[in-house]
Amino acid sequence: MIFRKLALASLGAALGATVAFADTTIRVLHVNDNTAAVDLWNKIARDFEAQNKGVKVDIQYLENEAFKAKLPTLLQSEERPSIIYSWGGGVMRAQAKAGFLDDITAEAAPWANTLSATAAKAFQVDGKTVGIPFETGEVGFFYNKKLMDKAGVKAEDIKSWDDFLAAVKKIKAAGITPLVVGAGEKWPIHFYYSYLVMRIGGASALADAAAGKNGGFKGAPFVEAGVRLRELAALEPFQAGYIGTTHTQAEGMFGDGKGAMELMGEWLLDSQASNAADGKGQPIDNIGLLSFPLVPGGKGVATDILGGINGWLVTKNAPKEATAFLKFFSQDKYQRQVAAKGYYIPVVSGTETAIQNPVVKQIANQLAASTYHQNFFDQDLGPSVGRVVNDISAAVAAGEMKPEAAAAAIQDAWDQQ
Amino acid sequence: MATTLASSVETSRRPGGRGWLTILIFLPPALLLFTIFVAMPMGEAAWYSFYNWNGYGRPENFIGLKNYASLIGNHAFTQALLNNFLIIAVSLAIQLPLALGVALIVSKKIRGAVAFRMIFFLPYILADVAAGLIWRFVYDGDYGLVSGMTSLIGAQPVFLLADKNWAFSAVLVVIVWKYFGFHMMLYVAGLQSLDKALLEAAEIDGANAVQRFRHITLPLLGPMIRLSIFFSVVGALQLFDMIVPLTGGGPFDTTNTMVSYLYFFGITRMRVGFGSAVGVVLFLFCVTFALGYRRFFMRDD
Repeated sequence: MIFRKLALASLGAALGATVAFADTTIRVLHVNDNTAAVDLWNKIARDFEAQNKGVKVDIQYLENEAFKAKLPTLLQSEERPSIIYSWGGGVMRAQAKAGFLDDITAEAAPWANTLSATAAKAFQVDGKTVGIPFETGEVGFFYNKKLMDKAGVKAEDIKSWDDFLAAVKKIKAAGITPLVVGAGEKWPIHFYYSYLVMRIGGASALADAAAGKNGGFKGAPFVEAGVRLRELAALEPFQAGYIGTTHTQAEGMFGDGKGAMELMGEWLLDSQASNAADGKGQPIDNIGLLSFPLVPGGKGVATDILGGINGWLVTKNAPKEATAFLKFFSQDKYQRQVAAKGYYIPVVSGTETAIQNPVVKQIANQLAASTYHQNFFDQDLGPSVGRVVNDISAAVAAGEMKPEAAAAAIQDAWDQQ
Repeated sequence: MATTLASSVETSRRPGGRGWLTILIFLPPALLLFTIFVAMPMGEAAWYSFYNWNGYGRPENFIGLKNYASLIGNHAFTQALLNNFLIIAVSLAIQLPLALGVALIVSKKIRGAVAFRMIFFLPYILADVAAGLIWRFVYDGDYGLVSGMTSLIGAQPVFLLADKNWAFSAVLVVIVWKYFGFHMMLYVAGLQSLDKALLEAAEIDGANAVQRFRHITLPLLGPMIRLSIFFSVVGALQLFDMIVPLTGGGPFDTTNTMVSYLYFFGITRMRVGFGSAVGVVLFLFCVTFALGYRRFFMRDD
């Protein structure tokens, strides 16, 4: 008798539990392959579930290219994830325009001020909040201190483009590869072009071009950026065969100490180690960070920063708990952990004090003091124009394309989209 | 029992009657599958190709033939098209004769023939993506086999895949290496089914090896050669998954095929309408070739 009662009770409990758990499921789709960071995300999800009975958070991973290729179809189905990973920019605007994103302005307003203002703004479309950023970053010249010393170059003294060119010549004369770049995938070399546009045209250059002002993308900053890039590339500062090198190969070369500098995002600090031949790469105290030099006569300042801003978008008809989860996710205590462990640079204000890594700390401080933060050009302009910027950056550097033709190609792509 | 048997015999004698039933039962499922998975996607692609559409929402921005017009004179597309024809040319001029030559050797009953057949066939079994990655390492200027060889003779390391003049030749080598084994197998099968009596008769009549090959083996192998050409051309037109890991279409879009062009310029750039136009062009090439070839060359096979 007792057994039967127990069995019934447990059956009832099991049924009850299933019903309770099946109430709402928030499905999150991301591309982060840093498993330690994702472990923390899963822990946040479990904590959220514990506090919100009947809500289940399912965090799923998809490889970067697969994610980008599948998303348009996925968003059109009824099975769309509630929350998706995003780089902001043109793709996000296209998704918003097609009506696949929820306007979460009202839900996010009470706590949006805990986030960095620049980052929060990157996830607004026409003044409406469609997503919540969680990560920010900076592209800069990471350099190998020992190699710079060996060549007799002081990184701190490099302020202008001419200083930079002189340093490149000096490093090359010392028999060291001055710069490594994974131009085979093109986007690594588009950082050069982007920064040159920002340094020459200033903070408004990209927005003005998009609005068709000052000659659009055919305007002076875009042509001169090409001229400067070719000027640098003509010194043959890159590793041999750079036009076919992948970004992971280039990061490995930096880790192996085969190049003095690499213009890359903050993730290089991890990837130079994981892609190095010995799996360790350069120790952190041998790595320095140099801001992109100023171009004489340019409107940009040294505190204008190029870098990625990543966040979460809430999709159309997502359960209302999705935004609540993002609020829960963006809590100081979790993002402080992210900072302390060095998974990425969180955008929750004040968490940067928890950062341990000295170079990451330097980046965070620069980001906090930045006068202008520009999202990656290829993300901001959207894939159809962005990939053209990537293409022309490689072609101009290699002398395959004239700077004027390159600027015109961007304008053509812009007009066609 | 007896009646049903009798009636079935009776119906089978009447054409029309039982035939219609068969069609009624067996055609709809096949037709449905064909419509859903073949005809409709093709029709949709053709429809999308008239729009400037990024894949989100419904295509609304109708631009007529502009997607097709922008293909004409497009440098990267012309290069991709040219590359496809180069692959076909190399397949026909180098790969197939090589495959036939090797097949003639390994189809003989000599020691180790089966082992050699396996070895030559191995690259074909390998996944295209894996082959692309392997050859990327072979061609690598820092660690690769090719550079190792050039440095042995004291030359500078070469970066074939980063050199726009050599990259596609390097790709062609991989293509021949990868697929000749498949054609060799076709020819081996063809050679083994030849009527040996004919060859023996010719030998008795005093025909030498060249004459026997020219006048007996080659004509009898005709159907197999035509089939192999067919596979080789269609395969060349569809080549994609080896290009992506090997070169990614670079440097400067010199190693794209039409399909990789479609992928890099249509899909990754979210220009679904434009990509569809490329797809339609590719489809027309394939269909024209397939129908034309079967009509004129494979009529008797």
